[in-house]
Amino acid sequence: MSKLINPAELGPMILNVKGVRKSFEDKEVLKGIDIEVYRGQIVALIGSSGSGKSTLLRSVNLLEEISDGQILLNDVDISDPRIDQDEIRRQIGLVFQAYNLFAHLSILENITLALRHVQGLTKDEAKTRALSLLERIGLADKANEYPDKLSGGQQQRTAIMRAVALNPTLLLLDEVTSALDPELVSEVLELIRDLKASGTSILMATHELSFARDVADWVVFLDGGVIIEEGPAKEFFSNPQKPRTIEFLQRLRRRAGEQ
Amino acid sequence: MSNSEARRFSPSEIELDRRAFRLARKRKSTLVAFLSTIAFALIAWVSLVNTPGWPRVQQSFFDVDTAVAALPAVLEGLALNLRVLLYSAIGVLVVGLSLALLRTLRSPVFTPIRLLVKGYVDLFRGLPLIIVLYLVGFGIPGLRLEFLGRIPVEVLGTVALTLTYSAYVAEVFRAGIEAVHPSQRLAARSLGLSYSQTMRLVVLPQAFRKVAPPLMNDFVSLQKDVGLISVLGAVDAVRGAQIEVAQFANFTPYVVAGLLFVLLAIPTVRAADYITNRLAKREQAGGVL
Repeated sequence: MSKLINPAELGPMILNVKGVRKSFEDKEVLKGIDIEVYRGQIVALIGSSGSGKSTLLRSVNLLEEISDGQILLNDVDISDPRIDQDEIRRQIGLVFQAYNLFAHLSILENITLALRHVQGLTKDEAKTRALSLLERIGLADKANEYPDKLSGGQQQRTAIMRAVALNPTLLLLDEVTSALDPELVSEVLELIRDLKASGTSILMATHELSFARDVADWVVFLDGGVIIEEGPAKEFFSNPQKPRTIEFLQRLRRRAGEQ
Repeated sequence: MSNSEARRFSPSEIELDRRAFRLARKRKSTLVAFLSTIAFALIAWVSLVNTPGWPRVQQSFFDVDTAVAALPAVLEGLALNLRVLLYSAIGVLVVGLSLALLRTLRSPVFTPIRLLVKGYVDLFRGLPLIIVLYLVGFGIPGLRLEFLGRIPVEVLGTVALTLTYSAYVAEVFRAGIEAVHPSQRLAARSLGLSYSQTMRLVVLPQAFRKVAPPLMNDFVSLQKDVGLISVLGAVDAVRGAQIEVAQFANFTPYVVAGLLFVLLAIPTVRAADYITNRLAKREQAGGVL
C-alpha cells in the first residue's frame, strides 16, 4: 500500500487489484489500476462520473471481464477464467446505486432468498437470521412490506443487509447514497460506519467526501481510468498534492456548499 | 499516460494465457455441440428408417417424382396465400391498434365503446378460426347483398383472418401501452402535450418496441393460418396440394406445401429473434451474465 501506513498495523490483504485494464471495444476505461484492501478496512474510490469507479467495482465482482491485469481475493486469482465465478461472487457482496431490491419479494424474502437458495439454510433458519439483521437496522416491523412501500433510505439499508447476510469476505458499495434524498443519506452512512466497526472489509465508490474523510482508511482518486492520487483519508483530504485532485475536491465542496 | 499510449499497450503474459484458455474453452464447446448434434441426428434417422412401416410411408409421403410434379400447382397456390397474408397483416395491424386505443380511452363517455371492444375481443379470441371462416365465408354471401356483387372467397378469408387476429393483436398492443411507465405520460402531459399527442409521440413508440417480439409471433402464426382459407374453396397452396394428392393418390404434395410454409416462416422467425435480442441488449447495458 504505502510507506505512510505501518505494514505491521495492517491485517491480511483481502483484495489485491494489480494493473487492471478494461476496454469496451476501442475505448479504454481502466488504464492500469492498482488497489489493495486489507481486512477491516474501508477504501473509498472518488472521482467524477465516467472516471471508471463503477467499472472497477463491477470487474472485482466479475460482472465485467477485465482486459488485462489481475484481481486477487485472499491471494486467489479470481480473474482466472478457470475458477468458478459463482463461487467467487458468493464471497463478494455488491450493493447498487439504485438498490435493485427484488420487487416481487417482501423485505424479509429479499434477504432470505440467497440464504436459502445459495447457502442452503432452511426456511426457519433463514428467517431468524434475516429478522436479526432487520432488527439491527430497525426495520423488523417492516419485514413483510414490499420494497416500494419503503423510503429510499430504508430500501438501501435493506439492500446492504441483503449483501451482508451472506457474510461476504469483501463488500462493494457502488455510490449507495447517490440516489437518496439528502436527509436519508445519513442513515445509510451510519449503517456503513456500523459495518466497519464489526470488521467488514469495504471497497466503495462515493461522492460523500466528509464521510470518506471520517470513515475511510484509504482514499483513491480516479480520473479518466487512472489513479491520479491516493493516500490515507485524512492526509489525502487535508493536503492533496496533484492539481487535478485539488480542482476536483474544490468543485465537489463548492457544490456541497451550495446545497 | 496519454490515450494513444494506453491503446497501444501489449497484453501481459497472464492476459495472453487467459485469452488462450478462453479460446480453447470456446473451441471445445463448439466441438461438443457439433458432435452431439451429429449423434442426435443419426439416432433419430436410424430409428425412423427402422420402423416397420417406413418403406410405405417413404413412398406415399416423400416421393421425389410426385413432389416435382406437384410443385408448380402448389407454388401457384402459395402466391394466393401470400396476397391474403399481406392484406390481412395490414388489416390486423390497423384494426388491432384501433381496438387497443379505443380500450385505453378513459372518459366515462366512451364506456359503451370500451365495453363493445371488450366484447369483441372476448368473442373473437374464443371462437375457433375455422368457425369464423365458415361464418364469414358462407354467411356473408348468404345475405345476398346484390350491390357487393360476388365476393371472391379469398377476400372473405382475409376478412375472417383479420377479425380473429385483430382480437389477439389488440390485446398485445393494449399490454404494450399499459407497460409504458405512467411517469412517461406524466412527463409528456406536463410539457403540455394533449392526450393523443402523448399517445402518438411518447407512449406508442415505446409500446411498439415492447410488443415487437409477441407481435412477430402472432405474424408467424397468421402466416400459416392463411392456409385455412382452403376450407372456403380458395385454390391456395393447401387446396392446390389437395388436388394433386387426389390426382397422384400420394400424400407427398401436402409435405411439399408444408415445407414451403416452413420456408416462408423461417425469415420471419429469425427476424423476430433478431428484434428480441436487439431490444434485450438495449435494455440491459453491458454485463456478461
